[in-house]
Amino acid sequence: MQAFDYLPAVSVDEAVAALAAGGAGARALGGGTDLIAQIKEGRRSVARIVDLKRIPALAEIKFPPEGGAWIGAAVTCRTLNQHVEFKRRFPGMHDSTHLIGGVQIQGRATIGGNLCNASPAADGIPNLIAHRVRVHVAGPAGARVVPVEAFCVGPGRTVLATGELVVAFEFPASPVRFGAAYLRFTPRNEMDIAVAGAAAAVELDDAGQNFKSVRLALGAVGPTPLLVESAGPRLAGQPVNDASLELAGSLARAVAKPITDMRGTIEQRQHLAGVLTVRALRLALDRARGTRTVDALGRPL
Amino acid sequence: MKSVVEFTLNGEGRAVLCEPRQTLLEILREEIRLTGTKEGCSNGNCGACNVLLDGVLVNSCLILAVEVQGRSIVTVEGLARPDGTLHPLQQAFLDHAALQCGVCTPGFLLSAKALLDEKPNPTETEVRYWLAGNLCRCTGYDKIVRAVLDVARSSAPSTPTR
Ligand SMILES: Cc1cc2nc3c(=O)[nH]c(=O)nc-3n(C[C@H](O)[C@H](O)[C@H](O)COP(=O)(O)OP(=O)(O)OC[C@H]3O[C@@H](n4cnc5c(N)ncnc54)[C@H](O)[C@@H]3O)c2cc1C
Ligand code: FES
Ligand code: FES
Repeated sequence: MQAFDYLPAVSVDEAVAALAAGGAGARALGGGTDLIAQIKEGRRSVARIVDLKRIPALAEIKFPPEGGAWIGAAVTCRTLNQHVEFKRRFPGMHDSTHLIGGVQIQGRATIGGNLCNASPAADGIPNLIAHRVRVHVAGPAGARVVPVEAFCVGPGRTVLATGELVVAFEFPASPVRFGAAYLRFTPRNEMDIAVAGAAAAVELDDAGQNFKSVRLALGAVGPTPLLVESAGPRLAGQPVNDASLELAGSLARAVAKPITDMRGTIEQRQHLAGVLTVRALRLALDRARGTRTVDALGRPL
Repeated sequence: MKSVVEFTLNGEGRAVLCEPRQTLLEILREEIRLTGTKEGCSNGNCGACNVLLDGVLVNSCLILAVEVQGRSIVTVEGLARPDGTLHPLQQAFLDHAALQCGVCTPGFLLSAKALLDEKPNPTETEVRYWLAGNLCRCTGYDKIVRAVLDVARSSAPSTPTR
């Protein structure tokens, strides 16, 4: 590997200062499962690495009294997989944290790293979008909050300016009769990169018959993970039935702008965007109705 | 610039002079000369380099040695008892012929240990999920899965914990 400086920051201010002083050659380090691999393979050149894992604010998991959750950017997938309270409140997120890599990757991989690496195929991002997560950023010019759907601007590119880092994710309080899910298509069950992915979050009315709100997001079918903006207004108030699910699938297909590469073709990916959206929506509906209470390995959530 | 990194390795304190760009895997094999931990892909895909970091299963090829300052590492060399008695998983891998060339074995052993530490009586689905980050080009996996399940069944209480 190339040579670089290593600075283990212990506070957000220290990390911001170290990143700002390092300029374009400085990179934040979460679990390193993207960054170290990229440096080794010569895909990224760095002069300075600022390790964020020893900053207490980035390791926090909090449940504010008004509901929702506050998850530090350096919290690992594994920590979330094992967090009973987080799983109980946001079972849909588990679909992502338990899919990213294998167990040994999950032990290091952070949610902040998944977002900031900004892969179009990242398995965490569509789910964060469906959950309406707000990204709390710190930087030399102060703090700001970015809606997660506006965070990635291209493959590997984000809104972060030099010196900025992600501190935490704010999950809004989930309403009653809320459910969310993420599904991806891969040739291999585990340890593979999504050919396409879809996340869905729904809120049902009191009777459990109509959509109160719907939020759909897609992965690996565009230069960034995509929010299906039309789904919210088109599906709110609609009855839950085959016709509305099919509408959701067609809205997703219309938003998908995939490319053909070694993993799949445009046609296959567009088709998958529709199929996965309908399936994720069904799973989210089951969860909203409380009829699906196990994870992908059949373990109780 | 080199710095001294202090950590616990298989229960013993260590201090090693490291450059930031050296991985934990490199330090274990080339500085400390514990070569049980293997290098396969060097990019997180094969699991041959698996170690436990504060009890958590990780790929040592994707960790900088400087990151483990103050932490505790267990490698395959830390599994057998000091008198040489093999860990039950090591014995089961031998009994089930769950290895051929053996390059993947240390990694599988650490993954299996991490699983059984967390879940003494896993289902076969869980075993396969936990071993999905380890690649073996020789055995076809089945014997490895049988060996892990065998240890789970013979050491766990009779009631499944799931
Ligand atoms: C074998 C293998 C399998 C994988 N499988 C999957 C998979 O199935 N699905 C998937 O989505 N990904 C997968 N990945 C990719 C990777 O593990 C994930 O994207 C992971 O979440 C990255 O997190 P990290 O903490 O390791 O990030 P790092 O590598 O530490 O960082 C990634 C990028 O984000 C930046 N960064 C990190 N944290 C912050 C922060 N708080 N603020 C600002 N910038 C930050 C870094 O500078 C770097 O550019 C896999 C990787 C490997 C090696
Ligand atoms: S050598 Fe580390 S995962 Fe292959
Ligand atoms: S025994 Fe040869 S790679 Fe597994």
